[in-house]
Amino acid sequence: MALLDIENLTVKFPTRTGVFVAVDQANLSIEPGQIHGLVGESGAGKSTIGAAIMGLLEKPGYISGGTISLKGKSISGLDKASLQALRGKQISMIFQDPLTSLNPLLTVGDQLVETIQAHLDLTSGQAQQRAIEYLELVRIPEPEVRIDQFPHQFSGGMRQRIVIALALCSEPDVIIADEPTTALDVSIQAQILSLIKELARDKQVGVILITHDMGVIADTTDVVSVMYQGKVVETGTTAQVLGEPNHAYTQSLISAVPRPDEKMHRFPLVSYGGRSHEFNIESLATSWKKVDIDPEKPLFEVSNLTKRFLKKSALLPSKQTFSTAVDGVSFNIQQGEVFGIVGESGSGKSTLARMIAGLYPTDGGHIVFDGQDITNAKDLSDYRRQIQMIFQDPYSSLNPRMRIDAIIGEPAKHHKLLSGKALQHRVDELLEQVGLSAAAGKKYPHEFSGGQRQRISIARALATQPRFLICDEPTSALDVSIQAQILNILKDLQEHLNLTMLFISHDLPVIRQMCDRVGVMQNGIMVEQRETEALFTNPQRAYTQELLSFMPTLRGIKSA
Amino acid sequence: MLTRFCSKWSCLLPERIRTALDSDFMWRLSRSPVAIVSFVVFALLVLSAVFAPWIAPFNPYDPASLDLMNGFTPPATANDFTGQRFLLGSDDQGRDVLSTILYGMRISLFVGFSAVLFAMVLGISLGLIAGYLGGWVDTVIMRIADVQLTFPSILVAMLIFGIAKGVMPAEYRDQMAIWVLIISIGLSDWVQFARVVRGATLVEKGREYVMAAQLIGQPTPIIMWRHILPNVLSPVLVIATISLALAIIAEATLSFLGVGAPPTQPSLGTLIRIGQSFMFSGEWWILLFPACTLLALAFSVNLLGDWLRDTLNPKLR
Amino acid sequence: MNYIFKRVAQSGLVLLVVGLVAFSMFRFMGDPIDNMLGQERTQEDVERLRDELGLDLPFPVQYWHFLSDAVQGNFGVSYRQGRAVSEIIAERIPATLELAAVSAVLAISLGIFLGVFTAIRREGWLANLIMSTSLIGVSLPTFLIGVMLIYFFSVYLGWLPSFGRGEAVQLGFWSTGFLTVSGWQALILPALTLGLYQMTLIMRLVRSEMLEVLRQDYVRFARARGLSERAVNFRHALKNTLVPVITVIGLQLGSIIAFAIITESIFQWPGLGLLFINAIQFVDIPVMAAYLMLISVIFVTINLAVDLLYVVIDPRLREGGK
Repeated sequence: MALLDIENLTVKFPTRTGVFVAVDQANLSIEPGQIHGLVGESGAGKSTIGAAIMGLLEKPGYISGGTISLKGKSISGLDKASLQALRGKQISMIFQDPLTSLNPLLTVGDQLVETIQAHLDLTSGQAQQRAIEYLELVRIPEPEVRIDQFPHQFSGGMRQRIVIALALCSEPDVIIADEPTTALDVSIQAQILSLIKELARDKQVGVILITHDMGVIADTTDVVSVMYQGKVVETGTTAQVLGEPNHAYTQSLISAVPRPDEKMHRFPLVSYGGRSHEFNIESLATSWKKVDIDPEKPLFEVSNLTKRFLKKSALLPSKQTFSTAVDGVSFNIQQGEVFGIVGESGSGKSTLARMIAGLYPTDGGHIVFDGQDITNAKDLSDYRRQIQMIFQDPYSSLNPRMRIDAIIGEPAKHHKLLSGKALQHRVDELLEQVGLSAAAGKKYPHEFSGGQRQRISIARALATQPRFLICDEPTSALDVSIQAQILNILKDLQEHLNLTMLFISHDLPVIRQMCDRVGVMQNGIMVEQRETEALFTNPQRAYTQELLSFMPTLRGIKSA
Repeated sequence: MLTRFCSKWSCLLPERIRTALDSDFMWRLSRSPVAIVSFVVFALLVLSAVFAPWIAPFNPYDPASLDLMNGFTPPATANDFTGQRFLLGSDDQGRDVLSTILYGMRISLFVGFSAVLFAMVLGISLGLIAGYLGGWVDTVIMRIADVQLTFPSILVAMLIFGIAKGVMPAEYRDQMAIWVLIISIGLSDWVQFARVVRGATLVEKGREYVMAAQLIGQPTPIIMWRHILPNVLSPVLVIATISLALAIIAEATLSFLGVGAPPTQPSLGTLIRIGQSFMFSGEWWILLFPACTLLALAFSVNLLGDWLRDTLNPKLR
Repeated sequence: MNYIFKRVAQSGLVLLVVGLVAFSMFRFMGDPIDNMLGQERTQEDVERLRDELGLDLPFPVQYWHFLSDAVQGNFGVSYRQGRAVSEIIAERIPATLELAAVSAVLAISLGIFLGVFTAIRREGWLANLIMSTSLIGVSLPTFLIGVMLIYFFSVYLGWLPSFGRGEAVQLGFWSTGFLTVSGWQALILPALTLGLYQMTLIMRLVRSEMLEVLRQDYVRFARARGLSERAVNFRHALKNTLVPVITVIGLQLGSIIAFAIITESIFQWPGLGLLFINAIQFVDIPVMAAYLMLISVIFVTINLAVDLLYVVIDPRLREGGK
């Protein structure tokens, strides 16, 4: 008998246009001490399963069929009161964002003690002692002191440790962890995952680990279930599912994961569910105007670039304090090269990109583009015509109140390159080249999926036929199969149009697949700068070595 | 009912309106009887105010039609002296109460709409500027807003009204009273708009589509006008509806206190002020009917505003 | 500490600006000499008064004199009553403060209670009924509530007086209506009128703030840890709701003082509000200016108190801001 058994679970959400089946006849079984991964792309229904187990489904969703049983006893039909008695005591949960999961007005100790006392019959002194033990268990230094501190006094990684302590302190049998490390940096992600792994084994707790990240699955889980459109399409040991996937969807998913260990020319796309759109690079290349290039001369020379932000304002300039976001960074980008910048959040990589894009004024150093110094220049219009940018979040990079044709046409129209019929013609052509139809131009952004939006974003960037493209985390908000498509498109652009790119990402495997050379940033400083392959195989700096060691190994996945 | 109506006639409408009618918004409206009823009531009140000169049985401000003998006629009964009947009775001057209500509503609605429009234009512009430009411009605008917010708007309106009254020569006071009223209510209410628009602008400013526009070098006024403004308007609609109810109430309050609409242009508030003095002597209709009209007006607008807020902010339910 | 100091400095600045407005009203609205001396005046009177008022001095000096007079409670002489403004105000203050205090207690306690209740029992019929009724409450202008209450309790039933303050007892400089039966009877209707509208507003605001908090991750996490409904609602949600609600209550206290003008005018309550509305009608500028200064001091004090309460409740502010 398994610890937690889910049979034929179906969850429905009635909407305006009909009933949406979020989970469709799902079967799962979780053993004590085992980490069971639940992987799938957004909208696959994996978080809904977690909420259904907890009895915390958002309205108007409801369980329409199937059973959930804990240690052989059915819990799916329970009333509110019995469910509440079950929560915490037997099943607990870890949320995604540690910054919002703790009550800001209560001390960490208060929150631990009240949870312990709600479930175990202990005096407050004993509960306090127990709370300190749990903080120690999740490796919070000086637990006796820090127990009386408020959540805002801890860092993000620390807070997630406290969240784990809170989930554990009621001694539950099952913990549901919903994307527990998605909001964290890789270095902290690795620590949190190994903590979860260790605690699950020691305390014999069954863990359901919900994630979209194949790397997390490969490194952490014992058993994995793959979800697609509400259905569990495949379940097996992690080694078996990743190594010998049976289902076509699992195969397509795994083939789309960027490999950390070797560079591939393109992502082999095993398409599933008819979601792939052709990107017509040949058609695009024929109309692209060629620029004479001198391969000897770098397109970009960045020297000693510095940016400071005001941290505390004061009337007297001497009393103002600044934080240095980018500190004396220098690099060159050759014609037709993809230069990558990698770093954790707060390392200054996005600030750097925005300075180069002319969005932030610089506080020091020079940017030279094609022989011309454009640092804080008055008239940037000539430069702006030659650069374009692809943004991180396709849900925020398209103005929701503008039609697609107006969005794509805006840069060309603004630079007075095209107008009227010619502009419309160009927009239609671009839409078809990126794999959408010309009819899409008459629609609004909300009518498209994330991947389609990112294609629209690319079409907008290409409309002015730029020479230089800045990609700021262009795929980090996308599902892995869409990411593979978009990265292939970017590779095409670089190869066929000889576009020069600055590629910014926190994701090391993606960097390895995309870039010719890489710069590693830490706290505003570029610590290392080398050819990509050399950097990955033989990192010089301690920080780079550390970053690489946190990279998911994807052991067990065969290279295609 | 509404959806059926829409689908039947939608083929005649231009595409833009057709997609608007087929939206989630209309779907939600069609499923909320309360919203439909309040909308219909409000629309009827507005229409009867607009067409008052054609609908009202009498022109209460035409001295020729007034007969003091008609004074104090109870509703729907014949006058003892003249035999004249009034649906809702007549007041001390022999004016038809229904007609004074229709004309009074014109003033109330005119002041309400104009004041909200004024507050909206002022608040949206300042909120956009403060939110988008930030820095000291933001600090100055929002400090002023904070300070004004500490002073309740009805008090601010009274003060502005009092100051205007003091500054203006006596002979213009009555003539300009309506405009002074509009400006004082409008000035007392811009803060709500500015705060909401500033907040929404700060959110929108961080979105990447704004960065995409900055990247190609679009000038700031165009970014604010073309990119940000259309995206911050939906909360403005909610605030505007709630503000309309508040403005109508504020106007009525000021007029009731005798510091609003002049006696020559009586609004609903003025009518209630007049009616109050007959409360003790038993002529209840002079007070009751204008009071009910004011309540119906404010209530229907508030219901609409409440529904709009729930609909446009789905997370709030 | 820094935070508190900043707030105090800001409040001082606000008072200076309000003082400037009040002074400008006093100085530039009509000719003070015209206002103070009637038609029969000699050039000598004019000169003497001009000298007395210091009208020939430079503007900042006049403003300084005005401020230092104001701090000492000297606001000049009412144009209409011919008595010192400070004297009139001192006479009227107790009535307004007693009325406001009773209404505020009513509005805040009931408002918070009902707001929390309707937020927690969001689906219940009673909560829905209260919510629908409150919408009528928000649509009912204060003056209509007053008029309706008078009509029902004074005219129709004849139970309670419709105007005045009843018998007041003089305790030193303070005249109170709390010590007589007629004083309490006279207080009921005005206090209800003033409190009801504010109560519905507070209730609706508390409800929406609480609903917002109940959707937060930490509340969902508290539920997921199996804490009791009681602990989730009161320990976690209510405390977080209080932070924004305190601002609202601060503003609402100000509102009560402002709406007292309306209530006092309906019930002929002999307080500051009635004084002010009469001053507007008769353009009695010294009284208007003095009233403005006085309530600004009250509002600024309330706001300062709200800011200090924040520091007590929210640990994030206690360290002087991060």
